[in-house]
Parts: sequence; structure tokens; C-alpha cells
Amino acid sequence: MTAGLHNIVLTVNGEEVAARVEARQTLAGMLRDQLELTGTNLGCEHGVCGACTVLLDGRTARSCIVLAVQANGRSVTTVEGLAHDGEPLHPVQQAFAEHHALQCGFCTPGFLLTTVEYLDEEPAADPDSIRERMSANLCRCTGYHNIVAAVKDLVERRTAP
Amino acid sequence: MIPAPFSYFAPDTLEEALSLLGEWGESAKILAGGQSLLPLMAFRLVRPEVLVDLRGIEALGHYELAGDRLTIGAMVTHRTIELDHRITSRCDMLREALDVLGHVAIRNVGTVGGSLAHADPAAEWLAVTLAMDGRIMVTGPGGSRDVAADGFATGWMTNCLSPDEIVTGVRLDMPGPGTGSAFGEVARRHGDFAVVGVAARVSVEGEAVTGARIALAGASSTPIRAYRAEALLTGTALSGPDLDAACEAAASETDPVADLHGSVDYKQHLARVLTRRAVSRAYRRASATA
Repeated sequence: MTAGLHNIVLTVNGEEVAARVEARQTLAGMLRDQLELTGTNLGCEHGVCGACTVLLDGRTARSCIVLAVQANGRSVTTVEGLAHDGEPLHPVQQAFAEHHALQCGFCTPGFLLTTVEYLDEEPAADPDSIRERMSANLCRCTGYHNIVAAVKDLVERRTAP
Repeated sequence: MIPAPFSYFAPDTLEEALSLLGEWGESAKILAGGQSLLPLMAFRLVRPEVLVDLRGIEALGHYELAGDRLTIGAMVTHRTIELDHRITSRCDMLREALDVLGHVAIRNVGTVGGSLAHADPAAEWLAVTLAMDGRIMVTGPGGSRDVAADGFATGWMTNCLSPDEIVTGVRLDMPGPGTGSAFGEVARRHGDFAVVGVAARVSVEGEAVTGARIALAGASSTPIRAYRAEALLTGTALSGPDLDAACEAAASETDPVADLHGSVDYKQHLARVLTRRAVSRAYRRASATA
């Protein structure tokens, strides 16, 4: 199958999903339009703003500049996969809520997944390292201080004895 | 924003990929990580009829550090190299360049071969490969060859390959004792393309510089070697006037274009300042291991 539609199978938030996609369909487009996982927001649509960040095989990727066919056979985690409806929030979501680390919320799913990956790497709790990592994502409300505070809190709680 | 329609192929072998390129010629583009190509396609600045995705070609996904020789397959991601301490601990230039190459989310997906082939004048990999005297591995219908880094880029985002050839990897030799290296760049925001970047490698014996490599990114239509600056440094002990003269030469070897990010003067100023910093750091590191 070359032109037209491609059959792909991938794991999304722990569940195997089969989809038929155009080759030009982005991963973000497939998640939003075909799987109705609209928590992944599209901002700039050319890989600059980080709003569409998801985890691809456990690592952050900008789903607006990954084709759905490139995700064939791989595992994707979106913000919907952090906590299911009715369950307690994921610790990163909880920390963002406690620190008021969101205003309009548009950038939040991307920041959450950037933070999940960061916390997996035994990071330092210094604000400079946190800011450097968070600079991958833009917040149009410019609410960065509380985002950095939330991430710092998470790192400190991780490293606390 | 979505790319114009195209046909998509994901071959399992290099031979299949080559035959697709042979069939489709200039209407095909190679997809590696897509972190440069897909934004261009989203803006429809590039509208290939065919994409040949190299992801399924297992042989391109490996890298190896054997003795001093680092061989990186084209589909290895930036992040994979960045996280391998065996490599970054032996090559400060590579460590410093990877630290400023886009953001982590880009480095997780973007590939070494894709960056080299794309030949963006501001990209870090080509400047590093130039300053390390690296060789770019290329395969075409007639077989495989290694291409010297100098001359690989022939113009703005243009390389010397024919449409039926594929970048398969890069070979770099890690600096040995008595050799130090460094990379530095100025970008408008963290993770942005460099306005200007400089890669430097310096070898010393005692206090004397026995060899220097200086590569500048973003300062001409391709990354360039600053040959005159390198020659001026060789044989010196990097005194103030020696370094001044080399930095001046490096700036004069550039041919920047004025754009939103800066004037010609500003970019040449950056070339001067960043050359000074990178060469000084590389010299100190060389002296510490001599």
C-alpha cells in the first residue's frame, strides 16, 4: 500500500489501536480527529511551541511533526493516559493544580508530558535546569513561574529521603 | 496545517530504498526523523510526491565506539548519542553541541543522518563533523563511499549527493591526549537554530598549538572551515595577539547574510567572539590532557 490509506497498529495509552491513515496525517491529527483524544493540543503545527508533546516509546515527541505512519508499531502516551476519568490525578497533574501552574490550560498537556519525561531522568532540583528543560514548551499566558515551582516541588519530593 | 499528499514507502532494506530512489528520482525525499523535513512540508515549502522512510532499515539504527573511532548510523537519534556518557565524556565538542541542538523532544526523534543530509548552514552536526575531520558515509546504486565533510554541503540546504544516494552514517575520531575541543553558539532563544555557532578542536605539545580546526555554522550559506584562522593559531602558544588575529581571520572568512536575527556585522562579531571562546576552551582542555 503506497498512495491512499495505510493501515497502522500502535499502542495508545496502554491499549492497542488500529487505524487507517493518509500518509500525510500527523500523529497529532490522528490522535485528535480519529481517536478523539483532543487533550493533545495543536499550537504552531510546525514543531516549535511544544503544545502537542506526547510520549513516543516513553520519550517526548512533538506529535505535529511526527507522521502517524511513523508511529506504526510504537507506543504513544497522551495526557489522557496520565489519569483515567474518575481516578486520582497523576502526581504531575496534582502538582500543577496545587501550584496553579496553568492559566488557560492550552499548553498544559505538553508541559505535563515534558515533566513526566524529565522526572524519569533523576533530574537536579535547581531552577536553572528546570527552566532549561521547560523551555521546550511555550505558555502563551506566560505563566512560567508557577510551572517551574510545580516541577521543582515534584523533583524535591522525588529526591526527599 | 498538513503536508500536501504524497506516496509513502517504508522499505526494510537499503537496497529497496535505493531502488525506490532510482525509480522516483528527484520527486522523492528521504524521511529520517522528519524534524526538519516535516515542518517544511507543513508549510508546503517542500512538496515531495514520494517519501521514503528509512526507519525500517535496521542497519542504519546502530552506532559503535571502537577504540577512538565513532561510527554513527544515519537513523541514530541525537538523544541516543547525547545520553551515551562513553562518547560525550571523550568529546566535549559533541557534548556541548548536542546540549544546544533543538530541545529534548526534537533530539528524541531527529537523526544524525537527517541533520547532515539536510545541510542547514546553522546545524550543529555538520559543523562538528567539519571540525572533527569526519567522513560522511554515502550509499548509492554504484556502491558506498565516504565523503569528506568539507565540500559535502554545496549551498544553502544543499548537499553534494545525487538524488539516488543516501547518507548512511558518519565517522568521527575521538580526540586523543593533547587534543581538546569545544562548541558554542548564540541563538535567540534556547533550542532555536544558532545565529552563529563555532566548533573548535586544538592539539598542543607543551604550550604550542600543533594543529587547530575551526568550523563555523550559520555564518555562510554552508558551514565552513576557517582555514586561515587555523593556520594563524598553529605554532603559537595562544597569546593575546595570536588569538586576536585568528578570531579576526575567522570572522573575515565568513560570508553571512543579514536577516531578522542580525546584520552582517553582528554575525561577524559573533563569529569573532565565539571563535575566541571555543578555541580558548579547547586549548585549555588540550593542555589539561597533554
